[in-house]
Amino acid sequence: MCLALPARIVERLGDEQAVVDLGGVRKQISVALVPEAQVGDYVIVHVGHALGLLDEAEALASLALFAELSRA
Amino acid sequence: MSPRLAYMKPLDLKSGRIDMNHGAGGRVGAQLVEELFVRAFDNPYLRQGNDAARLTVPQGMRLVMATDAHVISPLFFPGGDIGSLAVHGTVNDVAMLGAMPLYLSASFILEEGLPLAQLARIVESMAAAARHCGTPVVTGDTKVVERGKGDGVFISTTGLGLMPAQRDIGGANARPGDVLLLSGSIGEHGVAVLSQRESLQFDTEILSDSAPLHLLVAALLSALPEGAVRVLRDPTRGGLATTLNEIARQSAVGMLLDEAAIPVQPQVAAACEMLGLDPLYIANEGKLVAIVAAEAADTALSALRAHPLGVHAARIGVVQADPQRFVQMRTGVGGRRVVDWLSGEALPRIC
Amino acid sequence: MKYVDEFRDQALARNLAASLLAEADTARRYHFMEFCGGHTHALARHGVLDLLPPNLRMIHGPGCPVCVLPVGRIDMALQLALQRGVLLCTYGDVMRVPASAGLSLQRAKARGADIRMVYSPADALHLARAHPTREVVFLAIGFETTTPPSALVLRQAARAGISNFSLLCNHVLTPPAITHILQSPEAAQYGRLPLDGFVGPAHVSIVIGSAPYEPFARAWHKPVVISGFEPLDLMQSILMLLRQVNDGRAEVENQFTRAVQRYGNATAQAVVAEVFEMRDSFEWRGLGEVPHSALQIRPAFAAFDAERRFDLRYQPVADHKQCDCGAILRGVKQPTDCKLFATVCTPENPLGSCMVSSEGSCAAHYSYGRFRDAVVI
Repeated sequence: MCLALPARIVERLGDEQAVVDLGGVRKQISVALVPEAQVGDYVIVHVGHALGLLDEAEALASLALFAELSRA
Repeated sequence: MSPRLAYMKPLDLKSGRIDMNHGAGGRVGAQLVEELFVRAFDNPYLRQGNDAARLTVPQGMRLVMATDAHVISPLFFPGGDIGSLAVHGTVNDVAMLGAMPLYLSASFILEEGLPLAQLARIVESMAAAARHCGTPVVTGDTKVVERGKGDGVFISTTGLGLMPAQRDIGGANARPGDVLLLSGSIGEHGVAVLSQRESLQFDTEILSDSAPLHLLVAALLSALPEGAVRVLRDPTRGGLATTLNEIARQSAVGMLLDEAAIPVQPQVAAACEMLGLDPLYIANEGKLVAIVAAEAADTALSALRAHPLGVHAARIGVVQADPQRFVQMRTGVGGRRVVDWLSGEALPRIC
Repeated sequence: MKYVDEFRDQALARNLAASLLAEADTARRYHFMEFCGGHTHALARHGVLDLLPPNLRMIHGPGCPVCVLPVGRIDMALQLALQRGVLLCTYGDVMRVPASAGLSLQRAKARGADIRMVYSPADALHLARAHPTREVVFLAIGFETTTPPSALVLRQAARAGISNFSLLCNHVLTPPAITHILQSPEAAQYGRLPLDGFVGPAHVSIVIGSAPYEPFARAWHKPVVISGFEPLDLMQSILMLLRQVNDGRAEVENQFTRAVQRYGNATAQAVVAEVFEMRDSFEWRGLGEVPHSALQIRPAFAAFDAERRFDLRYQPVADHKQCDCGAILRGVKQPTDCKLFATVCTPENPLGSCMVSSEGSCAAHYSYGRFRDAVVI
């Protein structure tokens, strides 16, 4: 029910704000809910707010799982 | 000795504004027409100073006419403005029947308070577009409405064109087995305009693709035997999905699209994802769909790609028999879905 | 788009489809509910349903905040906009939902109500600052994903002493809704629920974590797999559910490991707890009254509670008698079982919650899957 997307932080601004990049589109969002987010991190963005960090190692692990052969 | 004409201070294009006098039909209105419109559009027809234009129709040709109103806001957007859009839109409608557009008329509804500087910019842009297309604005009209009753300016254009009398290109001509071609990537105009909306501010380099397609059409038609091109249409409001559904209904056929083959610029895809919009439903102003006989598809595609406005042309699907007239699509992951009609305005979602 | 496109790869999808087919026990049927409306939409939009084994059915749950928003709550917003001259801010999703008296927010706007579409609650607060003489109200909807931004903005408004801003709170909760589906007395009325497991929401779980689903797995012996948003995530999650059912397990598994942790986002949970508290009960369109399933604004922030500020009273509005949403939301019926589906009830003229937004069961089927209903000659 929640349209949210992974976007890369390209700039930290004051007042708990940041600029993120998704596929070349940039937008200013709030990082108040993920205060530890740094430039270069990927965050999940929903209604103009970062909700959590994306763990890139886990992302790669998930992709590897998709390629596994069936257990049948 | 010729009578001295009453002196009129030239239009203050820098800081003047439209007021109700400009629409009253008197000297002030005449000055607006002379100094702004006629000067910009300048051609022998307008110079005659009549309220209509005399045009010639050669033997063996058929007249094609199209009309469009433009109410876009904002008036200026990345890649265009309401003026050039008004020219391209009507030129394209005429071209989509396979006719060569030749003449335009333009009527302007101006809102009281519109800065003349903005109007001048729009009219210059229109004039440049008309020159570029070879379609002079041969007749026109202006009216003024009170402040609050118009969104700056509304422009209505009508276009006339000519085509060989026997040509038959239209939405009812698609047949099972025909191939669907798209002249380039989708969604740019709509995203460019959306990026200007206050509450949806995002930074992108997407430009509206507003462009005249009549020469692309001519190049396509001249490369193929008459009759090989069944349908031409430009997917404007409502996007590619709406256009294809319209044609499917008109021709009483179904369609099967290949999502992976439909070109979408990465930034357009990203902007749409962010807003929860589907590029298939976003307006285009410089692209066309061509439905051609299967045996002519390869030649048609090459002809499109050889033209600057068609370099990214792609084969995106086929027409198939379907009494339900569904436009179906093989998705990027290999599934299947229907590409339905747009239900009302496409609004950004959070869900 | 990084971390999006890779999760839509066709070759990997084929591989997952093959695994699903190979491991599905042909001697039985599988019924899984994807709770989240966003998942419903993703499944439909990417045509994933086509890639699932024929004996596996996905049931579309009520996790669509627009769908379950009662008409009476929209009427409250309309009242504010049309009668109290409020500047009403709303997400785009709600604009077209039909409410009482033939109105919707969009139609009210056509009648002169000042209704503005916003992308974020921060935009609404921005408007309040820009128009200090106007009353600005934000129509807040959404599950746990959308609630923290609302809470943040309310807290900001309080700290800045903004006196013309308030929120009409319709935030709802996921675990109570799942509980309600599993245990409600109406379930007996509709028949035994053929539910073998749940696909848990992606983004709600970023906020609340995977722990809150553990009671369902334990108490009802139903596996839960928290799934990412992309088609490959969904297919992998369905495969994980299939394996659990085949193995006789009922655990909470996390497929969305790149974003979800067991205890969720503490910062987000804290700000929500500071601003909101539980309502005793809340009406969900299609489900009826559900206890402890929704949030209201705490007394400390009463000045920002539009319900208190404008003394609004809730009037329930019943749905069409023949609307089958209640059964469809619980997975007992399918959209095509409802007499109103695609006859008088369509996306242009939605009569019940399942058709009201593009994520609702009926809307998704109508817009994306209707061609499957066509009789094959």
